[in-house]
Amino acid sequence: MRDAFYISAAVAFVSTLMVIIQKKVVHALLYLIISLLSVAVIFFTLGAPFAAALEVIIYAGAIMVLFVFVVMMLNLGAEAARQEKSWMSPRMWIGPSVLAAILLADMLVLLARGPAFISGGNVVGPKHVGMALFGPYLAGVELASMLLLAGLAGAYHLGRRLKKEELAERETRR
Amino acid sequence: MIFSVPMEEGLVLAWVLFVTGLVGVIVRRDIIFILMSIEIMLNAAGLAFVIAGARWAQPDGQVMFIFIMAMAAAEVSVGLALVLQLYYRRKTLDVDSASGMKG
Repeated sequence: MRDAFYISAAVAFVSTLMVIIQKKVVHALLYLIISLLSVAVIFFTLGAPFAAALEVIIYAGAIMVLFVFVVMMLNLGAEAARQEKSWMSPRMWIGPSVLAAILLADMLVLLARGPAFISGGNVVGPKHVGMALFGPYLAGVELASMLLLAGLAGAYHLGRRLKKEELAERETRR
Repeated sequence: MIFSVPMEEGLVLAWVLFVTGLVGVIVRRDIIFILMSIEIMLNAAGLAFVIAGARWAQPDGQVMFIFIMAMAAAEVSVGLALVLQLYYRRKTLDVDSASGMKG
């Protein structure tokens, strides 16, 4: 549906713009999640429900949780508690909530109209995607698994906290 | 009613999102903002793939989107590990503090 597409495209543009002009990381993360959700609604209107579900589960779910974990690890202590108190103020969450409500209304209207309206019935469902993924693109799946393993090993190696003496030794070697 | 995929508008949106992410990478100096902007750019590229796949009603666009997502997950895990290392060593998230190389 064109109108649903335009509405979610507008939400995507506004929220993405808000991401890069925010001062605090957590505010930007909220807007980034809204941006990803609106792109998921766009996928849904385009007749790609599997991509939409993956966008919500993996992008807005898993990857954003990684970001939140790192942000929480970086500021510990009394300052963090004060900051957390300021996050409860309405000024902080009203913008993302309004955008999320627009997306929700968009999605509900789409669902009320019935599935046959979406993309004129040209829906490429999970079955077709899976058959393509494990048919002609099987080599790509293997390469992606190797990439993920390399990413896992790299993150484990880089992310460990160096001990004090190790750090001091590296400083003196400089 | 035959619904045609809004291809031009969709590609314009993908372009706009990509440029927004690119501006974020160039302008911001906080490394977490730079990582988020890279995520925006990857997402815009995936959006372009899905739009092109929907235009011809083929699953290839979604398959490429899944590959892009796997790549983004690997990239962000390594990138966030680098964020932690930068913070442990420099006590700041400013990328300009790590602009010099000692080889």
